[in-house]
Amino acid sequence: MAIEDDVLVIGGGLAGATAAIVAARGGARTRLVTHKENTLRNASGLVDVLGYHGSDEPIVEPFEAIPDLPDEHPYRTVGVDAVRESLALFDELTEGLYEGGHTDVNALSPTYGGRIKPTSRYPTSAAAGLASRAEDTLLVGFEVVTGFDAPLAAERLDASVPFDVRGVTVRFPGEFRADARVTRLAKALDADELLDRENRTGTREALADLVAEHLGDAERVGFPALLGDHDPGAVRETLEAELGVPVFEVPMGPPSLPGMRLEDRLEEALDAEGVRVESGNPAVDYTEDEGRITSVSIDRGRRETPYHADQVVLATGGLVGKGIDSDREGISEPVFDCHVPQPEERYEWFHDHVFDDQPFARFGMDTDDSLRPLDSEGEPEFSNLRAAGAVLGGYDLAREKSGSGVSLATGLVAGRNASEDLTTQ
Amino acid sequence: MSDAESSDEFEPVEVFPEAESGGMDLRSGADDCYKCSTCDSECPVAAVDDDFPGPKFQGPEQWRLKRKSDQDIDDSVMNCSNCMRCDSACPSDVPLSQMHNTARGTFVENQMAKLSREYIRNRILSNYGTLAWVGSKVPRLTNFLMSNSVVQEVNEKVMGITAEREFPEFAEQTFREWWSERDGANVESDEKRVAYFHGCYSNYNTPEVGKAMVRVFESFGYEVMVPPQKCSGTPMFANGMLPDARRAAETNVAELSAAIEDGADVIASCTSCSLSLRQEYPELFDLDGIEDVSAHTYEALEYLRIHEDLSGALEESEVDSERFAYHAPCHARNQGLAGQAIELLDRVEGAEAEDVGDSCSGISGTYGWKEEKYDTSMKIGAEMFHHMEDAEPDAGMTECPTCAMQMEHGTGYEVRHPLQVMEDALVD
Repeated sequence: MAIEDDVLVIGGGLAGATAAIVAARGGARTRLVTHKENTLRNASGLVDVLGYHGSDEPIVEPFEAIPDLPDEHPYRTVGVDAVRESLALFDELTEGLYEGGHTDVNALSPTYGGRIKPTSRYPTSAAAGLASRAEDTLLVGFEVVTGFDAPLAAERLDASVPFDVRGVTVRFPGEFRADARVTRLAKALDADELLDRENRTGTREALADLVAEHLGDAERVGFPALLGDHDPGAVRETLEAELGVPVFEVPMGPPSLPGMRLEDRLEEALDAEGVRVESGNPAVDYTEDEGRITSVSIDRGRRETPYHADQVVLATGGLVGKGIDSDREGISEPVFDCHVPQPEERYEWFHDHVFDDQPFARFGMDTDDSLRPLDSEGEPEFSNLRAAGAVLGGYDLAREKSGSGVSLATGLVAGRNASEDLTTQ
Repeated sequence: MSDAESSDEFEPVEVFPEAESGGMDLRSGADDCYKCSTCDSECPVAAVDDDFPGPKFQGPEQWRLKRKSDQDIDDSVMNCSNCMRCDSACPSDVPLSQMHNTARGTFVENQMAKLSREYIRNRILSNYGTLAWVGSKVPRLTNFLMSNSVVQEVNEKVMGITAEREFPEFAEQTFREWWSERDGANVESDEKRVAYFHGCYSNYNTPEVGKAMVRVFESFGYEVMVPPQKCSGTPMFANGMLPDARRAAETNVAELSAAIEDGADVIASCTSCSLSLRQEYPELFDLDGIEDVSAHTYEALEYLRIHEDLSGALEESEVDSERFAYHAPCHARNQGLAGQAIELLDRVEGAEAEDVGDSCSGISGTYGWKEEKYDTSMKIGAEMFHHMEDAEPDAGMTECPTCAMQMEHGTGYEVRHPLQVMEDALVD
């Protein structure tokens, strides 16, 4: 048995990283395998716990609302205390990068579409933009960043908040391709690339000059989230000094700089805890002995390599992360073929109207209290397999705005249970 | 994937009937791209070259464009360094490097003048094995000539090969010469047998890596075979020289298939060689036995890690105290091997290894040797040089021979292969 660990975590997103960090802190030799670049860079970077439940009104205090959720919701499985504990862990890991831990109340963050999203934690770079600060706002978009239409977002926001919001589109300073990547623009600001060598004008100052013309009475200025990659704090500071008002980032779609910064921070934390991280190949199969998983097969091209472990955590994501798969025959979990509860009739997977409360959004595995996936008889599929994050069923993360919170809380509980259940110690 | 598999209930519309006549149909791969741009944000060339449109364009977008017969391939495909990081970035399994390789092959075949300086230069660079075969006949003379500044100047002016780099020295005895002088394998075994794919570089330039591979495997009781072989094709793919790569592949697949028939698995010490045999061969060529060769090919330490208690053996080993700055080659990353060397070295008493981060070294084989690509190559490498210097090591470490050149060139540190440390640790 060559590649052998105490705990093997499959999946490198928020749930998998949390599980691995907690297992390693519990004393387990831990390995995390992830197929590809994780999906954090496709996420806004906002970390929500519970934004909506049962009505169109945003939830003010998510922890108070958790007991009202249905029994099968993962939050009910792990309990409110575990949710709180996982957020405390997140606050510790993201110190300086995130804010929001000072209160149980949801913050209201503007989105790039000009809506307001209730969220529990938000990047420090987005803090000055919260809607709870009633300050007149200027949103600045760039011609080259087509994913953010600042005048449109401003118009929508202005209609729903008690302060003035204006939007303006400017040219990004410097010579870039018409389809320049946001990461390229972020790098230009990070490095403060010189645009004018004679006058020593850098990208940040040039940007501030462009925006100053439109500032007017605005008490803060928001940009799409591309204000620096490695050093967003320094970029904001320069812009704030030049403009004389607070500057913030509006979280964006992929590729998301706040998501990438969070990914970097989690990688550092995994490394600090001694977790072995391997990426590039998917988990595809397993071997078992009397209801225990003995090894997980990692696909390396045209052959499979066995990874042995005492305990396994499955955190492969939902329909988007491909932890849950579907075809015309049904819905399945592809690695361990765990049972995924589903209606017999395919026409019951969905309702006709797109924005209805869709059954398919809740598809995923059902678990026991220790997060072990259950078979169709309600018995644990394997004695040493736990699941965390979007691979779990019973909740609609997009509708509830609960994706990050469920990943953190179930990741923490799965990682802790795995390390406590080690038979090797 | 599941959509394609479940298509048995209806007949799909034939959109590209010409694909039936033997062309490579990558349509399903192109359709899998949902334009998240993760590949573009991970591309090391796009990060430093504002004119490079990035892998999303080079792959699925260009692939769609070229379905129209009157559409030329954009010449920017030649600025792709074939580091293949886009492959490991893509969350949707789009076969990006396969698309780049086919587009580059088509570009070179149809749009590049065969008498142009660029074509001739690229042809020479991508056939390094042939060049090295000639040079290694008279290693001292070649080394003297290639380090001569006048010769370097001429290379740059006439050939477009940068004069900034020091040409790699040829060993006075090649690996294969050593192997036959040694009389081949010292261990015979019917159960444990491996065929060593040494590649060009271990043979002509760093035979000490090949010798380390042989000694480490023999210490675990393996019989090592060294079949006849040609270049793995890596530099040929990167230069769009697909007919050359195919010719080499015919020899390699035939020889390695025969070794597999004799009970051996195939081992490479260069991560680009193992990636080529595993991934590019079956993606680009349809040869008898090519799937089998892919399934049986391993990187050297990967193999021992799977089949032996390598970690256990290393726990009991010791080497003279040395600190390494380790760089994981992109092509190791692609095979899921990026953390392996550090994990193994951590177990060796005396050896200390620090990972210098996940940036690309920038040389990408022949890419950084081209006069017009040299600056791009060094800009990409800057982050790694910086991290190497921060680590204050005794030496650098990597599996890839050209990454090693770049590390030495950018920092001045001597660079070793993990197998050499394994040899110190495990072989008496």
